[in-house]
Amino acid sequence: MEDRYIISAKDLTKKFGSFTAVDKISFEVEPGEIFGFLGANGAGKTTAMRMLCGLSIPTSGKATVAGFDVYKQTESIKKNIGYMSQKFSLYEDLTVKENIGFYGGVYGLSKQQRKEKTEFLIDLLKIQDARNKLIKELPLGWKQKLAFSIAIIHEPKIVFLDEPTGGVDPITRRQFWDMIYEAADRQVTVFVTTHYMDEAEYCGRISMMVDGRIAALDTPAKLKEQFGVGTMHEVFVKLARPQSA
Amino acid sequence: MEYAVEVKSVTKSFGETKAVDDVSFSVEKGELFGFIGPDGAGKTTLFRMLTTLLLPDSGSAVVDGFDIVKDYKKIRGAVGYMPGRFSLYQDLSVEENLKFFARVFGTTIEENYDLIKDIYVMLEPFNKRRAGQLSGGMKQKLALSCALIHRPDVLFLDEPTTGVDPVSRNEFWDMLGKLKSEGITIVVSTPYMDEASKCDRIALMQKGKILDIGFLRDIVGKYDRELYAMKSSNMHRLILDLRAEENTDTVFSFGDFLHYTDKRGVIDKVQMKNEMVLKGHADFSVNEISPGIEDSFMSLMNGK
Repeated sequence: MEDRYIISAKDLTKKFGSFTAVDKISFEVEPGEIFGFLGANGAGKTTAMRMLCGLSIPTSGKATVAGFDVYKQTESIKKNIGYMSQKFSLYEDLTVKENIGFYGGVYGLSKQQRKEKTEFLIDLLKIQDARNKLIKELPLGWKQKLAFSIAIIHEPKIVFLDEPTGGVDPITRRQFWDMIYEAADRQVTVFVTTHYMDEAEYCGRISMMVDGRIAALDTPAKLKEQFGVGTMHEVFVKLARPQSA
Repeated sequence: MEYAVEVKSVTKSFGETKAVDDVSFSVEKGELFGFIGPDGAGKTTLFRMLTTLLLPDSGSAVVDGFDIVKDYKKIRGAVGYMPGRFSLYQDLSVEENLKFFARVFGTTIEENYDLIKDIYVMLEPFNKRRAGQLSGGMKQKLALSCALIHRPDVLFLDEPTTGVDPVSRNEFWDMLGKLKSEGITIVVSTPYMDEASKCDRIALMQKGKILDIGFLRDIVGKYDRELYAMKSSNMHRLILDLRAEENTDTVFSFGDFLHYTDKRGVIDKVQMKNEMVLKGHADFSVNEISPGIEDSFMSLMNGK
């Protein structure tokens, strides 16, 4: 497998008993790409992501993430990726500073590095006044941005974002994407799932999962052209419910 | 006019947080009414008060003719409630859950079968499966069936489509359309702005307050600034370049376009194009557009 890809998957498959959740998916992701991972509920996105994050061993096929094998090097994968979901969040009863310090420690940052990162993030997010506030006292938008910053606190080459903007107000949702773009500008690869089809347009490339397979994979512009429609929403409908479209 | 829901100055605080802050509105009988707003807007707290699961600190509300404090028992028999978090019995089967809810409300599945038929036929193949083992979409359908089993006059649905893919969301709204045609008043909340168009009337909610309330077209019609859609092949650069301009008011991404407002109001499109071409956006385009619900919501959030 080529090393230049940050993710490289070949016929990656996961079965649960007789049910094939992920069915021979093959794709590559380039460093610094914003890669949108879309699909209907139950299409296999979560299962595929869990394998790529080293949380679930595939049934068959091959894949490397950040150069590490998804069968044999799952611990190295976990150390070298970032992960954030809407549900996974910060510790509500710890302060901003304590959360940064805690996750910095989990990711193996030294005391000095943790101290520097704490100051850096608090400045970056302009939350100087909130440094000693409990997470539960912060507005949701701040929490999301802080959670994202913490997910990349160890400067991973790739970050997995699982519906990071669910339930967020429209302004914060857009500010969150500004952060995604900034990370991509620093060559951090962003692997993101979303149910907002306008956000699909912000991705460099999109893969669409249907029934465990990757049914389409291209830039948003090319996908719209391929399906002869004007929006990613229509692309989604055509792929997810071919019989009704 | 007799209302299905009539709320006057209802307030509820948790500690120092005003979750619902002096909220008033009415829902007509048979209406499909939507509360649109992000997490933390107060939608769930409001629904829990209207379904008698929480007491308001102040204010009053009448649901289906009953006071939410004095007549709470009557309301419980008259309304259906589908909470945001899946709250059925995970260890009971599909059928057992339905039977349980039917008996609690003193009815049977058969008695109101026609109401849930369209939804239930999709569930019937899984009748013996435990609720905890169902897929997300099936859980949602079972929860809706249970909320409908006693043919409620008013149905409260708290974020039924959160985390659901766009196609399944459409199908869910089709189901609600059918229930509305049965004469059931539906009060539903959602964080997805695009679902506003599925409702008869909407209330936009943020930080415990209603920002605006009414028909979608009227709310959007109040947006009184010139709005432009812009595009170039490097959208992120375009956003940064526009933000650096002194006359720029707001710049927001909207799918493959961005929406722009200018401090001067109307802009000279030719001049704007020339400026952006000079900055390297050779394929820049700009057009006037009509605002949508998200434009309105963001404008109201900014207090403009």
